[in-house]
Amino acid sequence: MNHLSLIVRTIVAWLVTLTIVFPLIWLFLTAFKTELQAIAVPPELIFTPTLENFHEVQARSDYLLYARNSLITSVLSTVIGLALAAPAAYSMAFFRTKKTKDLLMWMLSTKMMPAVGALVPVYVIAQTAGMLDSLTGLTIVFTLSNLPIMVWMLYSGFKEIPPDILEAARMDGAGVWGEFVHVIRPLATGTLASTGLLCLVLSWNEAFWALNLSSANAGTLATLIASYSSPEGLFWAKLSCASLMAIAPIIVLGWFSQKQLVQGLTFGAVK
Amino acid sequence: MAFLELKGVEKYYGPVHAIKGIDLSIEKGEFVVFVGPSGCGKSTLLRMIAGLEPINGGSLWLDGREITKLASSKRDLAMVFQSYALYPHMTVADNMSFALRLANVDKGIIREKVQRAAEILNLAKYLERTPKELSGGQRQRVAIGRAIVRAPKCFLFDEPLSNLDAALRGQTRVEITKLHRELGATTIYVTHDQVEAMTMADRVVVLRDGAIEQVGTPLALYDKPANTFVAQFIGQPQMNVIDTAKLPNAFGAGATTDGFIGVRPEHVFVKPAGESGLSGKVEVVESLGLDTIIYTQVGEVQMVSRQNKRTALRPGDAVALDIAPTAIHRFDRQGRALAA
Repeated sequence: MNHLSLIVRTIVAWLVTLTIVFPLIWLFLTAFKTELQAIAVPPELIFTPTLENFHEVQARSDYLLYARNSLITSVLSTVIGLALAAPAAYSMAFFRTKKTKDLLMWMLSTKMMPAVGALVPVYVIAQTAGMLDSLTGLTIVFTLSNLPIMVWMLYSGFKEIPPDILEAARMDGAGVWGEFVHVIRPLATGTLASTGLLCLVLSWNEAFWALNLSSANAGTLATLIASYSSPEGLFWAKLSCASLMAIAPIIVLGWFSQKQLVQGLTFGAVK
Repeated sequence: MAFLELKGVEKYYGPVHAIKGIDLSIEKGEFVVFVGPSGCGKSTLLRMIAGLEPINGGSLWLDGREITKLASSKRDLAMVFQSYALYPHMTVADNMSFALRLANVDKGIIREKVQRAAEILNLAKYLERTPKELSGGQRQRVAIGRAIVRAPKCFLFDEPLSNLDAALRGQTRVEITKLHRELGATTIYVTHDQVEAMTMADRVVVLRDGAIEQVGTPLALYDKPANTFVAQFIGQPQMNVIDTAKLPNAFGAGATTDGFIGVRPEHVFVKPAGESGLSGKVEVVESLGLDTIIYTQVGEVQMVSRQNKRTALRPGDAVALDIAPTAIHRFDRQGRALAA
């Protein structure tokens, strides 16, 4: 009985996985097709791959610029976010007050509001501050968007550290920075890494603010993909190619760091 | 001024007055034990001395310098935690050298000090291990080693033996005492175990509800307790403390004072029924090998006696209890000791 249920469960798992992954696989295949092949009915599974789409995407719209912008905004928002979230999480984890849990709940609740609700005010602020279509503006918005999650994840991770180890460090002569460098960082490396990775992924994939607050100069890969939905119709092959080029870096990163990401996310869920 | 001086030290947790105006002088090289029941404030007081809890009132002085508001890292005190609080990601050697490395002490000197401490504590062959590869007793020695290496002005021990099993506890108690004799360092030791207090201390501070009940040498506390609380806290089995209203005619002369009478179990002699003394019935007999403890019901009151010989008595036997008159402690209705 157990053997049978194992087979059934494995088959179901594979079916679910294929359903989820299928769009990506199709995207990958379509990127190497010509436009005619892309819209063929019935869909072609076997075809001669071509690289013409990649050349076109780069020629038509500076892929490298958008990729660079994505990279800069993701990395900067992650670094700044960690720099802000870590002290906050430290204070909440080790100097808890009656209001700490409420504060965390409130921070997390801001993520539950649809971003579009804040679109007009944020747009106006960005415009007034002269930060439309600027990497600075995007970085600030990405950092602030991800901060609640980062604080929450770091808080959960830091709580795992027994407070008397920090007290021992204090008795041994460590100031707050010393505590962080010698005790927290080594013991919470996993949490710090997975929080950073998550922020990197979220910022890279962020489309709403990127589309609304940037265009030619500070556009990220998200805007690149959106630009392929033109009134002339959808060029499936080029769209697939652009999409693939946009998501490839982050998929590779995610693949190599999946253990960390899962650890970081489930940590937060359990607490 | 003494080496370590507490002057009117207070602590509040919101409206709760947790530590009530503590005055205490500790001399250099003394081994002082804070003892008391759970919740009496002994650990809180220790942590306030360490700087891990803020002092809300009064002042704290160390070696002539006021340290009331000074950060823990600057007080030159070393603490051995109940849970050892070793750095799990560092080896034994790194754990012990951490404070010195933070202070940028020369590496050669660090190695020498760590080696010496490791030899004193029998840790020399474990220096490269991490805490999770050590037993409880070894971890505790690393915690002590970490403190020794720093040669601080004062050692603070927070119930260091409570996580060890009974056999190891007894052994480690002796080792700590010998260590203190060798190093001669001022030490404050917190425990709820009065046996540790009695055997290790130069002086004992008995605490209850955030206030000092009595301070004195172990034997002074044993022989002349200042009140019924100290009388019953120190000594195993507990001193018999009887309300004079319950046994008014017992214990001969001077028993008319309203209050309490105290007598230690070793001064209660169990004699065959019919002989002079209080008549009662044996309830429980505990044979410990060398000592025998007999619980006798006398009227409304249970008396405990202790003798260092075996007995043939069994529960239910009638006996007479005789008390040496010189061994009687008298307390007033508030529990305070009356002059003998």
